[in-house]
Amino acid sequence: MALSGMRGLSVFISDVRNCQNKEQERLRVDKELGNVRTRFKNEKGLSPYEKKKYVWKMLYIYMLGYDVDFGHMEAVSLISAPKYPEKQVGYIVTACLLNENHDFLRLAINTVRNDIIGRNETFQCLALTLVGNIGGREFAESLAADVQKLLISSSCRPLVRKKAALCLLRLYRKNPDVVNVDGWADRMAQLLDERDLGVLTSSMSLLVALVSNNHEAYWSCLPKCVKTLERLARNQDIPQEYTYYGIPSPWLQVKTMRALQYFPTVEDPNTRRSLFEVLQRILMGTDVVKNVNKNNASHAVLFEALALVMHLDAEKEMMSQCVALLGKFIAVREPNIRYLGLENMTRMLMVTDVQDIIKRHQAQIITSLKDPDISIRRRALDLLYGMCDVSNAKDIVEELLQYLSSADFAMREELSLKAAILAEKFAPDLSWYVDVILQLIDKAGDFVSDDIWFRVVQFVTNNEDLQSYAAAKAREYLNKPAIHETMVKVSAYILGEYGHLLARRPGYSPKELFTIIHEKHPTVSTSTIPILLSSYAKILMHTQPPEPELQNQIWTIFNKYESCIDVEIQQRAAEYFALSRKGASLMDILAEMPKFPERQSALIRKAEDAEVDTAEQSAIKLRAQQQMSTALVVTDQRPPNGMPAQPSIGPLSLVKVPSETVDSQNPGDQGLTHPNGVVYKEDPQPPSQDIIGDLLGTLSIEGPPGAVAQSPQSATYEAEGAPSAADAAALVPVGEESGSVQPIGNINERFYALCLKDSGVLYEDPNIQIGIKAEWRAHQGRLVLFLGNKNTASLGSVQALILPPTHLKMELSLVPETIPPRAQVQCPLEVMNLRPSRDVAVLDFSYKFGPTMVNVKLRLPAVLNKFLQPITVSPEEFFPQWRSLSGPPLKLQEVVRGVRPLPLPEMANLFNTYRLTVCPGLVSVIPCVSDRFMNLLNMFLLVEVELTGVPLSLV
Amino acid sequence: IVHKLIKLQIHFVLLISRQGKVRLTKWYSPYSQKERSKVIRELSGIVLNRGPKLCNFVEWRGHRVVYRRYAGLYFCMCIDEADNELEVLDIIHHFVEILDRYFGSVCELDLIFNFHKAYYILDEVLIAGEFQESSKRTIIRLLSTHDSMVEMAKEEATSIGNMIAQVTK
Repeated sequence: MALSGMRGLSVFISDVRNCQNKEQERLRVDKELGNVRTRFKNEKGLSPYEKKKYVWKMLYIYMLGYDVDFGHMEAVSLISAPKYPEKQVGYIVTACLLNENHDFLRLAINTVRNDIIGRNETFQCLALTLVGNIGGREFAESLAADVQKLLISSSCRPLVRKKAALCLLRLYRKNPDVVNVDGWADRMAQLLDERDLGVLTSSMSLLVALVSNNHEAYWSCLPKCVKTLERLARNQDIPQEYTYYGIPSPWLQVKTMRALQYFPTVEDPNTRRSLFEVLQRILMGTDVVKNVNKNNASHAVLFEALALVMHLDAEKEMMSQCVALLGKFIAVREPNIRYLGLENMTRMLMVTDVQDIIKRHQAQIITSLKDPDISIRRRALDLLYGMCDVSNAKDIVEELLQYLSSADFAMREELSLKAAILAEKFAPDLSWYVDVILQLIDKAGDFVSDDIWFRVVQFVTNNEDLQSYAAAKAREYLNKPAIHETMVKVSAYILGEYGHLLARRPGYSPKELFTIIHEKHPTVSTSTIPILLSSYAKILMHTQPPEPELQNQIWTIFNKYESCIDVEIQQRAAEYFALSRKGASLMDILAEMPKFPERQSALIRKAEDAEVDTAEQSAIKLRAQQQMSTALVVTDQRPPNGMPAQPSIGPLSLVKVPSETVDSQNPGDQGLTHPNGVVYKEDPQPPSQDIIGDLLGTLSIEGPPGAVAQSPQSATYEAEGAPSAADAAALVPVGEESGSVQPIGNINERFYALCLKDSGVLYEDPNIQIGIKAEWRAHQGRLVLFLGNKNTASLGSVQALILPPTHLKMELSLVPETIPPRAQVQCPLEVMNLRPSRDVAVLDFSYKFGPTMVNVKLRLPAVLNKFLQPITVSPEEFFPQWRSLSGPPLKLQEVVRGVRPLPLPEMANLFNTYRLTVCPGLVSVIPCVSDRFMNLLNMFLLVEVELTGVPLSLV
Repeated sequence: IVHKLIKLQIHFVLLISRQGKVRLTKWYSPYSQKERSKVIRELSGIVLNRGPKLCNFVEWRGHRVVYRRYAGLYFCMCIDEADNELEVLDIIHHFVEILDRYFGSVCELDLIFNFHKAYYILDEVLIAGEFQESSKRTIIRLLSTHDSMVEMAKEEATSIGNMIAQVTK
């Protein structure tokens, strides 16, 4: 359907649509903008029709996302055109291009006012719509009274009055001090008797705005609201055209119930009875039906009714009914209803007495944590967090931990934060708490701040029965090939301190402990080295009689660090070296750490201060708070008569609020309690003040990567060198009867395509299709394999083995042995890159269809470029680094000939798909890029591409 | 108990095609030009990547975005967290039904070449981000009045144009 009569506009739209790429589109748009600008400059020569056309073009260009920084004046001036067609364009375009803060709008106030008070109702409508959509303070000052008059005027038609109601609503909402609503209670009550449902709907919205500010004045409207609700929901007394899928205007019903929620209660017993009758009818009379639109409408009403019931604090019986209803909802097929069921159950938690009934649905809620829809998973997480208490903490936290391994990156931060808070708040016993936090560090180390592991150390130090347990756990984690740096810190600390308790067990000799800790030494950053040095000193101290060989090893390390540029490391190395030569005095100075004074967890405090509910919003909120608050004062409780405090075990001690302030008589205390175990002076504050701040800090892109994710049921293959021949390995399916099952499409091409994008088909044959979807973040990746059976018979003996090259750690979750007919199964695959390499992982996949065994080896697109993280560098930063690289193997050059010339933007796009950024400001040269593998391998990749002569150099 | 209440208001309406092209934007809360492009970029990334058979809501920057896909076109409306998501989903469908009745089985091309009409149809459904009219019949009747006024003005203009042309011949 072409735009009648505006050929120029249609042609322009077609031109834009026909553009092959963004660059062409920009050229076309720029040309048009130039044209429009010239035409506007010479305004006298423009006919109203032309002006209209150009203003529409401007709006179209604006909508496409281009800056339109001129012509606002022309749009606004069309408002004062005498004829409807031009005036309409002026009003619509102005309302789209400008917002309430634009100065230009002021120019239009007079014209708008004339249209509002004039006799032409079409003009009135246009003006009211504009003011309703973008009217600011000045509009309120000069127009509010006129708009009020229109709303209650008996001579105005409903079509004007309903617009006046919403226009007034906006003016009032934006500037309640300017719009005078004294004495409006009676007017509103009258408006609620209105028979025209359009006017009634708008008036109800206006009422919501008015009562939300001051319900006292509008008590007289309450019975009218109940009447309206009865009229709609009970009597269905409403013209046919105001029903929507058989339901009397769901919007009006919802709004009416909204308004009622602003009144604190319904006092009059009769009104209350009728209201509850209607609500009961809505709650019980709504079924899930086939028609999705009817469902949406009836449930919009139902959920609002639920909110109203909660607000009115109905009897327990009705509340239980509501929870039962929600329990039903969270298990239905319809995802919208599931989502809202969970959301409303979370709101229901605020109602006393129903928590226990909600707990009955725990199993179902945990299932929702694995829902395919992230929106629903978020709701489930929120609800689980809200309903957690001492009785169910163990179950819930363990579910969260299990889920953490497979959760998408978008949710991991929130999950680990919530798990940490719940574990600390509701720990039934301390060994469980230690387990949980260690698992958390293992699975999501990036999100576990220092304060959390300090806290673990505090608990272990203060509870003797926990010490050997923790040491054994720490030893276990150190056995794993790649662990998060925080895990290295906490394990090294605990083993240094308490490893000797287990010296009799095999594998726990001082020599063995030292070896296993020192293995991690090459992988850690400078912040961890001091902890390792302390650990070594402690191991040395506990080795009685001394072992000369171990002593020498450790002394060599101390010697090496005595000249370290980092002062902290240097000092420790020097002091430990000197001390360890003093023999017996080493024992005194490096003796076991004293117990920590009780202190409140910063995490819990923060969690209580600001309810951590939703991911982004609360994150922002908390960050803002963190910036405002000064460093928190640690209020330590000194044990009476100088004896070490006997910490009480159990949840109470975890959240206890200490009552005394820092004991000023013992200033050394803080230094002694530093978890790194070194005696030195320190600010009277713990090193890192704000756990949540820290947790959030790690969210930034530069945050240290390095979490280890693992799923308990998965099989780990650390195959050594197995797939080194993978590149060459036949990528042709090897059938038992060769040639019986041929792949569809070219496997190599599919692989190459997937190297550049994150989802697509990896393999397909007549029986099966293997799709892949991947997410990447720093050195980690999460792939999901979609195994789809195309047949009407099951596929059996399904087997998927991952053959990773040495640099990749990969874990594939359990693959079912059979895939039912026409079914698709999803198998998450966790990938962690340990060091850069060009080797490729291979999926060895086989299945049986009838008597035929099919086996294929497929390269997985977990290739080097997926782990790159582009950064932007300026030419000033780039060139010195570039020049400082001298040549092979650091700098390689390759000339590629016969390359089809590419325009710059396409070139940039190509690089983007390789996850390399093209930095602006560098003409003819495209540099980029860094990647961070693990913190140990913080390496940069710079690429320079010279476009002019086409040499392509890679580092 | 105090139930957290926020007035129902739609902050903005977005129509985005599956290819990420913007077909209509309407902002009821003040956003600067820069913020507007940022919102569009972020939301198209989120909404277009959602698979089928998921719920119609996404959580975004502390807000809820209610969206629904019709053929290749996504209709998105952004509301506050405490608002009634399904009510807004009903508004979206109501708007689509009106477009459908007005254009006669509407398709994306209708909205591309008649984007200005889509805007004034939306103005009959929402003002100030608030729902205005549940009766499709009332709205359609109004729209055809508008159209005939535009037609009349055009005829007048051409007849005057003819007259002038004749006089100056």
